[in-house]
Amino acid sequence: MQWQFWIVQTLNSVSFGGLLFLLSSGFSLAFGLMRIPNLAHGAFFMLGAYFGATVVYFGGDFWLAALAAGVGVGIVGIALERFILRPLAGNVQGQVLVTLGISFIIADVCLLVWTGDPWTVPAPPAMRRPLLVAGFAFPTYRLVVVVIALVAAVALYFLMERTRLGAMIRAGVDDMEMARGVGIPVSLLFTVVFLLGAVLAGAAGAFGGPILNAYPGLDADMLPLALIVVILGGAGSLLGAFVGSFIVGFLYNFGIALFPDLAYFILFLPMLLVLVFMPQGLFGRAAP
Amino acid sequence: MATDLATDALDIAGIDAFYGDSHVLHGVSFTLRPGRLLGLLGRNGAGKTTCMNTIMGFLKPKRGSISLFGEHVGGLAPDTIARKGICLVPQGRRMFRSLTVRENLMVAAQRTRGAGGRPGWTMDRVFDLFPRLKERHAQFAGSLSGGEQQMLAIGRALMGNPRVLLMDEPSEGLAPQIVAEVGRIIAQLKAEGQSIVLVEQNIRLALELADDIAIINTGVVVHKGDAKAIKLDDAIVSQHLGVF
Ligand SMILES: Nc1ncnc2c1ncn2[C@@H]1O[C@H](COP(=O)(O)OP(=O)(O)OP(=O)(O)O)[C@@H](O)[C@H]1O
Ligand SMILES: [Mg+2]
Repeated sequence: MQWQFWIVQTLNSVSFGGLLFLLSSGFSLAFGLMRIPNLAHGAFFMLGAYFGATVVYFGGDFWLAALAAGVGVGIVGIALERFILRPLAGNVQGQVLVTLGISFIIADVCLLVWTGDPWTVPAPPAMRRPLLVAGFAFPTYRLVVVVIALVAAVALYFLMERTRLGAMIRAGVDDMEMARGVGIPVSLLFTVVFLLGAVLAGAAGAFGGPILNAYPGLDADMLPLALIVVILGGAGSLLGAFVGSFIVGFLYNFGIALFPDLAYFILFLPMLLVLVFMPQGLFGRAAP
Repeated sequence: MATDLATDALDIAGIDAFYGDSHVLHGVSFTLRPGRLLGLLGRNGAGKTTCMNTIMGFLKPKRGSISLFGEHVGGLAPDTIARKGICLVPQGRRMFRSLTVRENLMVAAQRTRGAGGRPGWTMDRVFDLFPRLKERHAQFAGSLSGGEQQMLAIGRALMGNPRVLLMDEPSEGLAPQIVAEVGRIIAQLKAEGQSIVLVEQNIRLALELADDIAIINTGVVVHKGDAKAIKLDDAIVSQHLGVF
């Protein structure tokens, strides 16, 4: 019984960390490159959850739902970057406020379309039965989420560390002006990275459906977690987003399970410590 | 190219530039002819880097025109200007610290331009020019020595196949034998027909390499002329550049 508790909580933490990585990796890359936190990122996640829930509701395949959520939210993301953020280039305050405004608009539209009642999303039938290993029952779907997050992490690592596009993005994070000065089309990179973040957040929302459900307020629940991940890990650092996601996954789950009254204290304390003692985050670079 | 020889490589005419409210460049004009080296000299804070930043598009000129082989490039975005063929070796080197040496060169690569029949720059050619960089190709740029970083900054600019190469104090903070090496490299580039604007505080080095000189003082060009003539005229140097 006791063992089962620790194992299940650990798995919950890891799978929640995986979801957070899908959510915050693109958020962090965009933050590092564009120097603004996209405060609509939580709304992107919620929108993805609703899109996914809808596709499943109408009998669509689960993977199709995740794809639709990624594409749908990706389109919203590209529209936001191209038509709203780009005209505000150079006005950081305006850009941040506008992303906040967009998040409220998305939340309102969701309330209108999907009503105030939560949408539960069943896991795909094949993944509903727990996996029995050595007498322990593991929730299969959560294990699948962990695998998806790991696959995404490897793919993103490959993109960032092994391709010219990834090197250009890192160059932009290092010194944006100089990146432009060597001919890197930085504003095109903004669109690419923003799109990538939106697609990942949308897909993450769909994958999160069976664990979290889709409900009004999901955006506001997720955004602070993504912010903590990025502050812990350092903006623009993929490794930071990875490590930060799992740290937050564990703090969140064990905090709620063991000290429900102190859950948020436990969550925000490490963030405060990092802000005070390592303002660049664990893996971030000094601002130029 | 024939047209390249007919027009000036770079023509700066009546540039005014500001940092916020502070007016730094006042009607700056100078001309770089194809295949020549223009030494841009001036005391600390005279506005040399501001000139480079304005040509590169980091700073938008309020007035004046900038043309590259007859084509207006003033006010364009820096990445557009770089792709048109103006490449900068910036003051302080400004490496992409978290990229390897090889990646620093890779991200700066531009297509070859028909630059007077000269072979285009490739990573292999840059490594031939700087064998030290080849040895350190997998190392992060941030971990290189100052001299190596300067070599990388030059190599990175060359990867853009510059029609005009801007070099902002490439000898700054380097040991004498490295300065000599940088000097040799610049001489070699010039011998290959590269058009260069060289900003220097090392007046001896600049006068050795330059064909033409422009001296800038508190944002105003105060002297323009032949490098040889200035070499023989101590009065100009001591008046505008202080001790020599
Ligand atoms: N980012 C900036 N914001 C405001 N003022 C600046 C900025 N950069 C330079 N200046 C000012 O503009 C003037 C010209 O500076 P600039 O860097 O162009 O000089 P410089 O000739 O390159 O000097 P140095 O030889 O020391 O590199 C100086 O008075 C400087 O204080
Ligand atoms: Mg300078």
